[in-house]
Amino acid sequence: MSLVELLKKDVRFQEGLSACINCGTCTAICPAAHFYNYDPRIIADTIQRGNEADILDLLESDTIWFCGECLSCKTRCPRNNTPGYIVQALRNLSQELGCFTKSERGRQQLEVKRIIGENMIKYGYCVYLDEIDLDGHPEQGPVWQWYKDHADSILKRLGANYKGDGPGTMRKISEEDMSELNRIFEVTGAIKRFEDIEQHCRVEIAK
Amino acid sequence: MKIEGKQRLWDEYQKEIADDHYYFARSCIRQNFFPGSEIAFLRILKNYLHKDVYDDPHQTTCTGIAYHSALIPFETTRAVVARQFSLMNQAGYENFVPSCVTSFGVYSEVIETWHHFPETLEQARQQLYEATGRKFSCPENLVHTSDIIYKYRMEIARQSRYKLINRNTGEPLKVVEHIGCHYAKMFPKKGVGGAEFPSVLSGMIEAWGGAVIDYPERRHCCGFGFRNYIIKENRGYSLSNSKLKFDSMEPYKPDFIVANCPGCTYFLDRWQYVIAETTGKTYGAEGYGIPVLTYEEMAGLVLGMDPWDLGMQLHQVSVESLLDKINIQYDPAKKYSGYMNENIGIPEKPDFLKI
Repeated sequence: MSLVELLKKDVRFQEGLSACINCGTCTAICPAAHFYNYDPRIIADTIQRGNEADILDLLESDTIWFCGECLSCKTRCPRNNTPGYIVQALRNLSQELGCFTKSERGRQQLEVKRIIGENMIKYGYCVYLDEIDLDGHPEQGPVWQWYKDHADSILKRLGANYKGDGPGTMRKISEEDMSELNRIFEVTGAIKRFEDIEQHCRVEIAK
Repeated sequence: MKIEGKQRLWDEYQKEIADDHYYFARSCIRQNFFPGSEIAFLRILKNYLHKDVYDDPHQTTCTGIAYHSALIPFETTRAVVARQFSLMNQAGYENFVPSCVTSFGVYSEVIETWHHFPETLEQARQQLYEATGRKFSCPENLVHTSDIIYKYRMEIARQSRYKLINRNTGEPLKVVEHIGCHYAKMFPKKGVGGAEFPSVLSGMIEAWGGAVIDYPERRHCCGFGFRNYIIKENRGYSLSNSKLKFDSMEPYKPDFIVANCPGCTYFLDRWQYVIAETTGKTYGAEGYGIPVLTYEEMAGLVLGMDPWDLGMQLHQVSVESLLDKINIQYDPAKKYSGYMNENIGIPEKPDFLKI
């Protein structure tokens, strides 16, 4: 199956590209284009031309990893294309094929997996107070250190249920609910994705 | 009555917001970074608006941050969303209300996908059943938590103890409102005012006495960018986009910023601290920053809630300049006290940013 045919299997690709007129409105509105050497118009144009070698280059490039997925392009495209959706489909295919290890930005998926993926497996949330420290996040500032050092007392004062059973802010998610979440991850391919990211990166390091 | 002209046009930008009986869905970011805000939202709905709202202990993440970091397949997100809806069904509710704007975007996108690609709905049903034995139906009404505060803004104004007015000048406070990108940029019809005239926050501000600042980069992204923030090496993207906004709003001298997205609130607060510490530049008066509020904090202050019970001591940019302008009564000594007035010390002071 060609790369274009693989992309077309992704509903986001089907929604994201109908007929790009190369006007560049997406690039004008794009926060990533503002600060990176990045141009969503060129991505849409490359995909629309359908050249397999060019698409493979994209899948192995840093280019597809700059987008911030704010989806501002969806609002503004005069032809109802969404370059952000095209990027989502490219990122998905890049990981399915192992192409992401060919670029520095792509290889960052290993770190994303080890932060966000493992938070979800451990806590059932994408983000959790206990895992965020000033070494990794100096921008949090000294108030964060104070908050972390006294989280039990501060959260109790605010009326939260930190690591507690039952409802409430910062509650612990029960084993039964974690089990359901993990089963969904297994059935829908998230666990395989996590394993593939680790495996592809191990292979790349071994080279 | 026949509705014509501007009123008819404006009606096209409205959305249906259920009156009562809400199923509340928690936010990963908001509960960690602004824990007082979700608590305040539930208190406002229950104690001030007398609404029925259910806080379900069985929910998990919606996977939004992982999804928009390209970490997990779309199928996974759709099945997790299906489970959240199944929990709502089980609890006997029909009105789904997520606290996170990324989540609101995810739920909206999944429902739209199921509508346009019915085979994906069937796939989600099968995968959810295989994984958990659950079945589900979609909500009758899906709104963001800020939509509900917007809907009842006049009732909150009626019960208000304070107005968004400068007590010294008698003038309305000048407010920057920032709406999370995934509130209406993806699906304009899902937001009050659409993507062009989003009024979910400006409606609150004006109802409570404030004035909204219209500045050039008003609709620019805060710069979260998901993997552009999660990965430390990429974080300049996030900082640069926030700085673009600060530089654009600075000439208008805002009294405070308010956002409806938990991530945006966090970034607009913390990047002011980083800019101050790395360059010495501050955006508020006399070396202070511009206070950045969640809309729950703004509503809570208007209703007379204690700022420290709202958790505003967890901001890195101090909020006292705003409290003093409104003449809100607060006890400075209690700002950093713990549960039952326990002495837990105070945070270190930044080198440049005054707090």
